[in-house]
Amino acid sequence: MKRIFHTAVALLLALGATAAQAALKVLACEPEWGALVQELAGDKASVYVATTGLQDPHHIQARPSLVAAARNSDLVVCTGAELEVGWLPLLIRQSGNSAIQPGKPGNFEAAAFVRKLEVPQRLDRADGDVHAAGNPHIQTDPHNIALVVVPLAQRLADLDAANAAFYASRLADFQSRWQAAIARWDKQAAPLRGTPIVVQHKAFPYLEQWLGLVQVAALEPKPGVEPTSSHLSEVLAGLQKQPAKMIVRAAYNDGRGAEWLAERTKLPIVVLPFTVGGDEQAKDLFALFDDTVQRLLAAQQ
Amino acid sequence: MHRIVLWTAMLGVAASAAPRAFAAESTEQQQLKQLQQQIDTLRQDYEVRLRALEDRLKQAEAGRVAKAPPAAVPSAGAAATAQAAAAAAPPDTAAAAPAAAAAPVVSAAPAAANAFNPAIALILSGSYSALSQDPANYRISGFLTGAEIGPGVQGFSLGESELNISASVDHLFYGALNLALAADNSASVEEAFVQTTALPAGLGLKAGRFLSSIGYLNDKHAHTWDFVDQPLVYQAFLEGQLKADGLQLRALLPTDQFVELGSELGAAGPFPSGGSNGYQPGLATLFAHTGGDVGASHSWRAGLSYLWAHSDGRESWDVDASGNAVTHSFSGDTRLLVVDGVWKWAPDGNPQRNNLTLQGEYMQRRESGDLSYDIAHAAQTDSFSSSQSGWYAQAVYQFMPAWRIGLRYDRLNIGNVDAASNNANLFVPESSPSRATVMLDWSPSEFSRVRLQYANDRARYGLTDNQFTVQYQMSLGTHGAHSY
Repeated sequence: MKRIFHTAVALLLALGATAAQAALKVLACEPEWGALVQELAGDKASVYVATTGLQDPHHIQARPSLVAAARNSDLVVCTGAELEVGWLPLLIRQSGNSAIQPGKPGNFEAAAFVRKLEVPQRLDRADGDVHAAGNPHIQTDPHNIALVVVPLAQRLADLDAANAAFYASRLADFQSRWQAAIARWDKQAAPLRGTPIVVQHKAFPYLEQWLGLVQVAALEPKPGVEPTSSHLSEVLAGLQKQPAKMIVRAAYNDGRGAEWLAERTKLPIVVLPFTVGGDEQAKDLFALFDDTVQRLLAAQQ
Repeated sequence: MHRIVLWTAMLGVAASAAPRAFAAESTEQQQLKQLQQQIDTLRQDYEVRLRALEDRLKQAEAGRVAKAPPAAVPSAGAAATAQAAAAAAPPDTAAAAPAAAAAPVVSAAPAAANAFNPAIALILSGSYSALSQDPANYRISGFLTGAEIGPGVQGFSLGESELNISASVDHLFYGALNLALAADNSASVEEAFVQTTALPAGLGLKAGRFLSSIGYLNDKHAHTWDFVDQPLVYQAFLEGQLKADGLQLRALLPTDQFVELGSELGAAGPFPSGGSNGYQPGLATLFAHTGGDVGASHSWRAGLSYLWAHSDGRESWDVDASGNAVTHSFSGDTRLLVVDGVWKWAPDGNPQRNNLTLQGEYMQRRESGDLSYDIAHAAQTDSFSSSQSGWYAQAVYQFMPAWRIGLRYDRLNIGNVDAASNNANLFVPESSPSRATVMLDWSPSEFSRVRLQYANDRARYGLTDNQFTVQYQMSLGTHGAHSY
């Protein structure tokens, strides 16, 4: 009996010790937020990313692995604005983790810190998969990243006060590099201003606003509804009157609709990484926008 | 140091928001860097607030044009932005807070009256069935079952409409109500439970009426099923689905691998329990689930569950050896073991175009007690014991966006049934019930589904029932989140 007790105490102490040493455990819903936490926290946080760049964050299941990750995390960093409405609420409820419940410091929604575009004037599912709070794909504009990183650093500091100074200095460092990078991208992408584009999903309003791209058509008849042949024909007819320069889609979109249209219009298809890990080049946030700008420029020539 | 104080004061007055200085450092360079950072943050704060103001201006203009108050939706967006501005402002600049907070308060006011309404979702479903056998005679030969089994009715029928209402109760509890409105104008409480959200150590406690978490399919709502009906093992051993009135405790272990353990206690009543057990529970379960990913493309979950149920006069319907309808009454104990597993595949974990789900469950039931045979007439009571089992296996494949095909095979094993002196009367068929099902469904969006299903049902001894069903399932309202 005594032996069992001693073993139990030793186990508990060991558990306590690992908990004290362990880095801040962060569950990022999308790779861009995982990368941003990594920029700020380095090895002070261990980051579990729930989705990859090849997955559509609208359509994820609350898989056992994700429930386990949510159970063990101190902080959940997600886009919000209903992007993850089909799985995140369930994940959080199933996690049995009170620290990450909505409204708690352990629950961070990036979209809350950004002015959202395409806020619907009316809410009706007949309009497709619309989001009441506005378009949630905020990560395609580096200015939005700059808006999110400040409160995110603050949140990390709040949860892990011992490393507050560390997060602050990493934030300052990131901000100066990020501002320089934005200036570089702005300069590189200047020729793209005014370029008419066709998009697959209405996933790029922030990118369009940033670079001055003009969306003339979408391949999805309604947001979230797969392209149909009748709608593609309409898009094709529309492009006769209002021509575009390229067809833009995210890496995780099914490519057939875009290919069908490209075959008939001879327009180049630009597959954008959309997030970190969306393609070979987009290894981090800087590379994500480097690659995005390069791909758009390449298609324009 | 002085300079920082001075600067902070100046910025505070000018901008009514200044970022928190994380740490005061001694070298000038660090001070400069911090200042730079503060100014950057300020600029960003300003941008957010300016944009929020622009939004409000636009709304005000739109409102004037429409001569109507601004809709709740856009103001919610502006509120979020303003809230963002407020949240971006650090807590220690107290003087700054009122100015920042003023913006959301004004624009959020119209939405406040009903803002706390719970989330409401409505499921509408209906079907048309053509069955080659009369569904009124449906039974699973050789098994003591509950009444609510079988393929439903011939022809058009309104399926169960489900009304789901849920919300956080407060900082400690979450509550949900699930009402089923049946075609015969009756309403029944499918689920009505509260559950904790703030227990430590991965614990969760649920109280009320809930779908038991034994097996894989048991806690899935009807509108998320891959087929029109439940597998035969569920129909034979759990009358479709086990709902418990009681308590559920579950614990999620703090491991990287998903491991969930749980237990439930419930009142006697729901099949396979029956009658009443006084203040003692009539149902008890234990369950364990584990699962994980294999690469990005595969995921799985497996489980082991155990159910004990007490019956005091549980009735079941049967035909005797000469084909007459009889009613039996069972009193005793039921023990059910469930082994379940599911494997899902989608290329790169992206199920949009193609995905495959393989799923199967095995159940073994042992009953021991007394059986009153044909309570309306003979009412001969003697000891009864049985050991029976069954399983199903199914595969559902999405072969193109929105289109899925599914195959399912059901099998029950009669096993051993010993009804002592009632053996002569009790009809125990020689061959085991089985069923083969194929379905095709089309889901033009996440919210609608139309399904065509054919089943070759051999649950009744010596009879083959060819069942054709067309079914629709639509969901309105709050975007539901479906469990794995």
